Amino acid sequence: MPRLIATRAALGVLTLLAVSAVIFICTQILPGDVASAVLGQQATPESLQVFRQELGLDKPAYIRYFSWLFGVLHGDFGIALTNQRNIIEELWPRFLNTLFLASYAAVLAVPLGVGLGILSALREGKFSDRFSNIVTLIAISVPEFFVGYILIILFAIDFPWFPSLATVFEGMGVGERLYVATLPALTLVLVVTAHMLRMTRSSVLSIMSTPYVEMAFLKGLTRSRVIGRHALPNAAGPIISVVALDLAYLVVGVVVVENVFVYPGVGQYMVDAVSKRDVPVVQACGLVFAAVFVGLNTIADILSIIVNPRLRHPR
Amino acid sequence: MTLFGHRPPLFAQIGLAIVVINLLVAIFGPWLAPYDQSQSVGDTWAPSSAHMLLGADQIGRDMLTRLIYGARMTIGIAAATTALSFLIGITLGFTAAVVGKWVDVALSRVVDIMLSIPQLIFALIILGVFGSSIPVLIITIAVLDSTRVFRLARALGMNLTVLEFVEAARLRGEGLWWVIRREILPNAAAPLISEFGLRFCFNFLFVAALSFLGIGVQPPYADWGGMVRDNAPAINFGLYAPLYPALAIAALTVGVNLVVDWLLSIDARPSGAQAEM
Amino acid sequence: MSDDLVLHLEQLKVETIKGAVLVDNVDVTLRRGEILGLIGESGAGKSTIGLASMAYARAGCRITGGNIIINGTELRASTAAQRRNFRGKSIAYIAQSAAASFNPAMTLMEQVCEAPVTHGVMPRAEAQAYAVRLFRTLQLPNPETFGDRYPHQVSGGQLQRAMAAMAMSCRPDVIVLDEPTTALDVTTQIEVLALLRDLIREFGTAGLYITHDLAVVAQIAHRIMVLRHGKMVEVGAAKQVLEEPATPYATALVNERRESEHIALPEPPKNVHPVLVIKDVDAGYGDVPVVKGINLSIARGETFAIVGESGSGKSSMARVVVGLLPRWTGDVRLDGESLSPALPQRPRDRLRRVQMVHQMPDVALNPRQTLAEIIGRPVGFYFNRPRSAIKQRVVELLQLVGLPPDFVSRRPGQLSGGQKQRVCIARALAAEPDLIICDEPTSALDPLVAEEVLKILRRLQDELGVAYMFITHDLGTVRRIAHRTAVMLKGEIIAQGPTADIFSPPFHPYTERLIASVPEMDTQWLDGVLERRTLQ
Repeated sequence: MPRLIATRAALGVLTLLAVSAVIFICTQILPGDVASAVLGQQATPESLQVFRQELGLDKPAYIRYFSWLFGVLHGDFGIALTNQRNIIEELWPRFLNTLFLASYAAVLAVPLGVGLGILSALREGKFSDRFSNIVTLIAISVPEFFVGYILIILFAIDFPWFPSLATVFEGMGVGERLYVATLPALTLVLVVTAHMLRMTRSSVLSIMSTPYVEMAFLKGLTRSRVIGRHALPNAAGPIISVVALDLAYLVVGVVVVENVFVYPGVGQYMVDAVSKRDVPVVQACGLVFAAVFVGLNTIADILSIIVNPRLRHPR
Repeated sequence: MTLFGHRPPLFAQIGLAIVVINLLVAIFGPWLAPYDQSQSVGDTWAPSSAHMLLGADQIGRDMLTRLIYGARMTIGIAAATTALSFLIGITLGFTAAVVGKWVDVALSRVVDIMLSIPQLIFALIILGVFGSSIPVLIITIAVLDSTRVFRLARALGMNLTVLEFVEAARLRGEGLWWVIRREILPNAAAPLISEFGLRFCFNFLFVAALSFLGIGVQPPYADWGGMVRDNAPAINFGLYAPLYPALAIAALTVGVNLVVDWLLSIDARPSGAQAEM
Repeated sequence: MSDDLVLHLEQLKVETIKGAVLVDNVDVTLRRGEILGLIGESGAGKSTIGLASMAYARAGCRITGGNIIINGTELRASTAAQRRNFRGKSIAYIAQSAAASFNPAMTLMEQVCEAPVTHGVMPRAEAQAYAVRLFRTLQLPNPETFGDRYPHQVSGGQLQRAMAAMAMSCRPDVIVLDEPTTALDVTTQIEVLALLRDLIREFGTAGLYITHDLAVVAQIAHRIMVLRHGKMVEVGAAKQVLEEPATPYATALVNERRESEHIALPEPPKNVHPVLVIKDVDAGYGDVPVVKGINLSIARGETFAIVGESGSGKSSMARVVVGLLPRWTGDVRLDGESLSPALPQRPRDRLRRVQMVHQMPDVALNPRQTLAEIIGRPVGFYFNRPRSAIKQRVVELLQLVGLPPDFVSRRPGQLSGGQKQRVCIARALAAEPDLIICDEPTSALDPLVAEEVLKILRRLQDELGVAYMFITHDLGTVRRIAHRTAVMLKGEIIAQGPTADIFSPPFHPYTERLIASVPEMDTQWLDGVLERRTLQ
């Protein structure tokens, strides 16, 4: 098993490299000449030449890629085109903010989604299951910003309990941060919980249909014992995959939610950069999101390997 | 009423009604709309009244008119995107499944890498580099989305190519195209139709989200996601203006999902949890 | 009602939730220590009765009528908790697939001891000691430590025995055996069968033995019940049902089985002109060879059977001939002309002359096409006939395999298993081939249907002079259809010749073992085999 885990971890690193290459190709090679794009049509050939040298654009692509990668690994994401500031200085505090919001939502959503999903599976076909099916179907169908605005109307306007703008700044206390970020976190929780509930439900149901669960019932075991000893231990792997998928979903959902609540995270930073076409910032933010995404998937796969009884007890 | 030989339950009927109404509005929009889409007919966020059922938007245009025109743009882009995505995904997916070997390996690796970057993030990168225009939007989302269609089509194709009727066709000497078109596609139709509904919802929400973020459909075109964004400041005055387009988006996706959920449940078997003890 | 009646099903009725009747008014009585064999074709309701005797119905089914009485207690009127108390403790279940019926996340010992401990039959330590005793009785390796393993760490035959131990762990009064040896290879099947029989005898347990194989049930059952379409056809003492069946259906089943014990075609055809010659062929997947040094030739109008257990390479042989598995070395000649190793390099006319009939008629026909399209396509593809001629040819072909002409517009979903296999044969004939490769064409069919298909194949051979390469694991089928036979073991042909010679001494040792492993309807057969084995 250690070998399998090592292989999976190595694959994660390899994927990350491939992803960085794809992002580099998309941002540096596909668009053609960045220099004339930035300086515009009126730029003189001399100023273009100077600018190219400044950006290192006169070197071959693979050298540029490796020097970019080398910089990234040392925390150097380059300089933003729009305000000439060092990207890492702005990215890092925003990254922490995003992480804070996502973790806040995850801590609420994961137990809720998995717990209700298992419950719903065990009550398959009963009223509560059908009710939750419709409610979660609606919740996964509506856009995040719709949920966000409904929450604002309800809990910031009609009942002014929470602020509608989630403004956080340096030196803010944890308690206050939690309070301010409640509505955005709640928005994410609603959407992610619904998704997780449905996926957990279907993976538990597929385990409940296996012959060994039937055999457990035929041995005269109680329902709770069948579920606790036979179904859930085998559902752990699929549920881990579901959680990982939804955490990844959360990382992306954060982009929209941050913009609804004007929360100063990476998502908002990235969208801002996209509308200003600030390519180095877009590139940096994209890489950060992709790295988190790949990391989550790798961890989930490794956990699935660890809980798989066939791999844990090899022949 | 029966559809596909089954009578849809209440929720599916509601879903079907929503979908049909949306399609009609999208097609016949200009004839249904009370005003011109760029005509200013009232005050900013004027309340609803007899001649403006849903009030006015942030620059005094009729909200209902904007919604009707927006249906066309938002649904049209999502439908075009999904159609293109299916064309790419199904062709490549079935080819990978039937041809196998290095074609399959190469396509699958490319898709794996593309799927390692979250779709929204990937789209943001492309739009950040190329700027947002409707063709760029459609092609970008379609290519990204086709990775998922590819995965499904490949899996369906894999399950079908190992079946003996496909082997019989290959033994007869049939070509690749015939095998895909006559043996595989008809048998993969049912799951692909459900998936089309799901992918449409996803792309529809995706376009709406991009427009909401200000990097999707650009003014002066009316589209629902952009309308939410433009009217968002009204929320701080306790006005519901951004909720109308948001509700329109939600209603259509809920409608499509209700129909797809029913289609999927037709073939589903009861699980072991329902045995009689 | 006598006291020693341990299981009594009265007018049992089971339906699907959509109202289809699966089991209709069936009565079963089982006395202490008695074994009742339930026999019938697929869909006869055997397994449903087995589960219903534990008051259990699978998802989508409901027990809608009758009484289920175990040791005098009626289970349908009992509470769920009371029913649970009987399951595993008084009546236990052995399923067909042991690999799927064990929880992969628990050790075998935990699973074997679970029922006795939770039912309070015995404390854990005693249950473990008892489990070890059962392991020893079932001749499992290292009985002391066998239970520490996980299901995926032991072989299929061992797992099936471990499931028997699990069923016996509470010393139940009744045990339901649902095709317990069907998933095993022929040669391991009789060992497990003998062990199960000894186990049940030793503990005086009553048994409900469910199988589709008359010969298996002959070895183990005191009484036999024949079922068809959910109804009881006949019930009686084992010897009586096997030797003097009272109803026409049971008679047909018994006769079919008896016929397979005799050789039908003693003489190979006189025409010795070979249509297919295979010379020194090796082939495999990756670096692993699956067929080695194959030499054989099939004459025009001849049926050549290739027989072997699963994994012997017999199906790979078929794939080599049709070009799906390109050969590494050697030559395959059709009518004297060498065939390219790989399918895509073969010209259309060569493809036409070798056709194939697959094992599973359910998946060998495209469910979205009509029979006109399915059978008409090869006619159009190979002979380029006009549309009207194709249509007429399809009707001819349908008649040739004994199907009515108005079937042209049907789709495979509207046909029975036997009809589908006839369509597959018609599709093969549409190409007017010299050789048809039949890959286990009858093994997915019920015995009486299979018999029909074999008759059609023989009639077509007489009429059209087509040669068959007939691949099967079933010696009964070989005896009925093959002029000549080759026996395969681990990718090699270990014996070949006229079928009559293969089935008479002197045997190759493996052939002998194979023949000896196929149960016969004689009720004393198993004892005889075991006796001979101990003598050796």
